Amino acid sequence: MTDAKAMEGQDFRQEVRAWLKANFPPSLTGISGLVFQSDVHAAAANSDFQLWRQRVQEKGWGVPTWPTRFGGADLGEAQVRVLADEMTAIGAFNPIRSFGTMMLGPTLLEFGNEAQKLEHLPPIAGHELRWCQGFSEPGAGSDLASLQTRAVDMGDHWLVNGQKIWTSGADQADWCFALVRTDTSRKQGGISFLLIDMKSPGVEARPIILISGSTHFCEVFFNDVKVPKDNLVGEVNQGWTIAKRLLQHERNSLSEVKAEITSLAPLAHRHVGTDALGRIDCPDLRARMVRNAMRHEAYMATVRRFGEEAKNGGSDSAVSTLKNLWSEIIQQRSELLVEILGGNGLGWAGSAYAADELEATRAWLHSKAFSIYGGSYEVQNNITAKRTLGLPG
Amino acid sequence: MAVLNDEQAMLKDMAAEWVRDRMPVTALRALYDHGGGGRSDSLGHDPAAWAEMAEMGWSGILVPQEYGGSDFGYLGMGLVLEELGRNLAASPLLSSALVAATALRLGGTSDQKARWFPAIADGSAIGTLAMEETSHHALEKTALAATASAGGWVLSGTKRAVQDGMIADFAILSARTSGAPGEREGLTLFLIETGADGLTREAMDQIDARRPAIYTLSDAAVGADAVLGEVGKGADLLDAIVDRANVGLAAEMLGNAAQAFETTLDYLKTRVQFDAIIGSFQALQHRAAQMFGELQLTRSAVEMALTAIDEGDADIPALSSLAKATAGETLHLISSQMVQLHGGIGMTHEHDAGLYLKRARVAEQCFGSTAWHRERWARLRGY
Repeated sequence: MTDAKAMEGQDFRQEVRAWLKANFPPSLTGISGLVFQSDVHAAAANSDFQLWRQRVQEKGWGVPTWPTRFGGADLGEAQVRVLADEMTAIGAFNPIRSFGTMMLGPTLLEFGNEAQKLEHLPPIAGHELRWCQGFSEPGAGSDLASLQTRAVDMGDHWLVNGQKIWTSGADQADWCFALVRTDTSRKQGGISFLLIDMKSPGVEARPIILISGSTHFCEVFFNDVKVPKDNLVGEVNQGWTIAKRLLQHERNSLSEVKAEITSLAPLAHRHVGTDALGRIDCPDLRARMVRNAMRHEAYMATVRRFGEEAKNGGSDSAVSTLKNLWSEIIQQRSELLVEILGGNGLGWAGSAYAADELEATRAWLHSKAFSIYGGSYEVQNNITAKRTLGLPG
Repeated sequence: MAVLNDEQAMLKDMAAEWVRDRMPVTALRALYDHGGGGRSDSLGHDPAAWAEMAEMGWSGILVPQEYGGSDFGYLGMGLVLEELGRNLAASPLLSSALVAATALRLGGTSDQKARWFPAIADGSAIGTLAMEETSHHALEKTALAATASAGGWVLSGTKRAVQDGMIADFAILSARTSGAPGEREGLTLFLIETGADGLTREAMDQIDARRPAIYTLSDAAVGADAVLGEVGKGADLLDAIVDRANVGLAAEMLGNAAQAFETTLDYLKTRVQFDAIIGSFQALQHRAAQMFGELQLTRSAVEMALTAIDEGDADIPALSSLAKATAGETLHLISSQMVQLHGGIGMTHEHDAGLYLKRARVAEQCFGSTAWHRERWARLRGY
């Protein structure tokens, strides 16, 4: 790096630091942005969050790499890292972050036409419209390319019929980016990428009740839905290529998840008791807890290492490997937490259980999804074997 | 791979190239006799190769510059050990240039440093650590007795599994100056030359073709100036030395595991059964993917610990145990799978898989087993 560039970097860091100090509402310090991302009502009810979102939006820093005419700030990778570092340092978060910013936005920037970008990117950058992802179907999970939702060319519009499933937040979404079949004679080569207005007649989103009681995921039904021809992204039958790029964005964002390590030991001391030496009074449980916690510590070091290597131009990010380590370690941790709570970790609701006990139970049930969504454990292993390790087939 | 500076990257490249050209696995094989044991005339390493390593400055990596070393740091030493580990290269680099050098750095008197640092750095003397007395690492069980005498101390007792013990010129030796076996109090570290009167050594024919030794001391006399650190307070100093020894060993084990994995992966890509390359079978692909993940955890834990030592981090004990236990578990898995995935050929002495398996188990036990380090980490982290 030249001195001038280094100086520029320093100046930018100072600018970011000063701006954050002046504009980040202290009441939001340390809060996970995910809370507001997944809950429209919580976001609407918090005036400091509204203020923070508006300020970041005006600055274009919610989507910092996007061009300014689409609501971004035209920043380079180095500046984005400075911005992220400074936000982390004071416990701030990106209030604009959403499905739209993380997945559809980058995809439209690469594959969309100018009109589509101008129509859809600014509302994403402004967090005005919410998007959902219509990919999975009842018969197309891990084998996504076998999807059957049809889009038939009716001359002046597409006519869409079919069903999507596991669509996060579809009941609260304004728009859906969907994979649809436009050619039944080819598998991957017969898929197109379509933007569908959720208010269109014939679209119905029904929440699914999960084992954890969550209703975040939905089924979406399309019955004779008319979609304007202009809403097709890229070329007809190019959808699979676009989807693969988009899923890369999804995997990247999943691997960014930073699970903080809170030791389960104090909880185990309380619920299980301690022996004469102050150790958790159940050698078998203790041994499993220790092994899990050590793997967790090594996993966190791996996340940091991959981050450092990426900053220094490292190539092999092995995102699939990271995701499988993470899901395995966190799921095991959730199981241990419930086991530590014993009978108190098996309540569904009501005053017979403490709030944190109920939360642990729900979190444990929710954690079963970690090795399924975003590409299942098995699919990630396939990817690692073929792409990273170069195994055949 | 950790982000390296230019000098570190150059050292790593140099080590990789030298190990590839000069220390193929056949170099280790030359230490074995036909039946699989160590050759009876073996020193457990190749003195000519060791001389080249010293020539390249590796033996002085942890020796301060004023004593003729480069003081290049533990991460640098770890890079070399990892490369050596790839081809199971047997050498006293860990025992002498890391463990003995560390003992002097942390507890040596200025006279001891002046006498031994330059000789460690130029490879003319080999040092080691004489610590274990039973089949498991447990420094508090030390029974070897040190009795105060007119001129210093008189030592009597037995040490086992002294790494590179047959070729060492001096040893850092733990002894009990007070208290009883089972107590941490009362331990003292001594520097003793292996040619001292009253010290006899016997080679151990270990499965990995190295030559550790049993040291028997019968009224071996050392001067008062042989003490490292404080009399009776040696346990903490010894722990600190062993922490660094474990991280160095874990770096070597990372190299063992990485190469065992890559050799196995190559086999999966070439072996044909049922008219298919066996690496196309999903069961084997997933096993390979899982091992690759374990290798990532291991590299991170090892590099984090090496860096922590260089930075003087207060958390070195826990990070050292994390590195050793993680490396131990990963190497255990991969060395066993190396045999399994090679099938019958993996069971033969002719194939390298058995050599990796044997070295793996020795390394896993050395300086505290995987179980020992998990327990230690657990105590340090409040479990």
